[in-house]
Amino acid sequence: MSDPALRVEALEALLRERGLVSSETIDAVIQHYEHDVGPLNGARVVVRAWTDPAFRTRLLEDGTAAIAELGFGGPQGEHMVVVPNEPGIHNVVVCTLCSCYPWPVLGLPPAWYKSPEYRARVVREPRQVLDELGLSLEPGVEIRVWDSSAEIRYLVLPERPAGTESLDAEQLIELVSRDSMIGVAHAEPPK
Amino acid sequence: MDGIHDLGGRQGFGRVERDETTFHEDWERRVFGLALTAREANTDAFRHAIERSAPERYLADGYFGRWLGAIERLAREADPSVRATSPDALRAIERSPIFSAGAAVRVRDLFTVGHTRLPGYVRGRSGTIARVHPAFVFPDTNAHGRGENPQHVYAVRFEASKLFGDTADPASAVHVDLFEDYLEAAS
Repeated sequence: MSDPALRVEALEALLRERGLVSSETIDAVIQHYEHDVGPLNGARVVVRAWTDPAFRTRLLEDGTAAIAELGFGGPQGEHMVVVPNEPGIHNVVVCTLCSCYPWPVLGLPPAWYKSPEYRARVVREPRQVLDELGLSLEPGVEIRVWDSSAEIRYLVLPERPAGTESLDAEQLIELVSRDSMIGVAHAEPPK
Repeated sequence: MDGIHDLGGRQGFGRVERDETTFHEDWERRVFGLALTAREANTDAFRHAIERSAPERYLADGYFGRWLGAIERLAREADPSVRATSPDALRAIERSPIFSAGAAVRVRDLFTVGHTRLPGYVRGRSGTIARVHPAFVFPDTNAHGRGENPQHVYAVRFEASKLFGDTADPASAVHVDLFEDYLEAAS
């Protein structure tokens, strides 16, 4: 099989010939997903849930609608379910069959999320995988793994770190990492 | 199909390497752009085209390499029966969900030829309905041009020990989103 770059050129030329796409449209899509969407969107959802109990209730009842209140939605985010971490319960998301991921709130997934290692192992040995990724949970903490095998996409609502009562929303947003919304990290207090 | 893509629970894989990259090379960007704009087939047929990679290629090609192979395959086949009709898989149906939250269910012993979203590691296993989702297009038929057959989806909770025996983490559970046709009531 030849160089993938050459194959892509040939494929793009074929699909252009069939009138299915223009290079400009492809450029625009790439630009949008690489630069306009990302985990900052999800962090805004999380911080709103931390600071507005009524929003948190709506978010857990109908994730899609509550996230749309903040202006986020679209492909791979049409059916959102938000799973909250609580004392003693930790949630983590995977897609074992492909690599489904909630694009509108997290952007495009990193390579490790799509790796066979993560997909194979996190359902079977979640505590060890989390530990390897830098998150050590107490043995008694229940781990809930969510395998997004259909069209529902999951976002983890991390717990608000202790001692952050005085921070405003913009400061809180900085504490919410992409990893904390996949469930492979906690939201960390400011250093 | 019980393909290499059905990775959940498989053993022998090593540590998860912390590679944070989205696109390693520029051609991967183009593949992503093509998949979103120029793919004629529906999402289920696209996923099935990925799954039809030879197993050794599936692992060696990497994520966007697999997408490239799938778009090429679909362009060659140009099968009108799997053409995308709607960007979204949600469907309003009149039938009520058969199962309600808390119900005990068992995953049927289905050995599907072709596409399915039933991960092998839960086949035949018992769990509990954790959430009732709305109805969605059924991938097993839609991927093959055999109709949308929309039906409810359920988040089913499986205690880890029910999936992986006494090697399992005693305090963990896996939730898998499963279509109604995959499930039966557990006695």
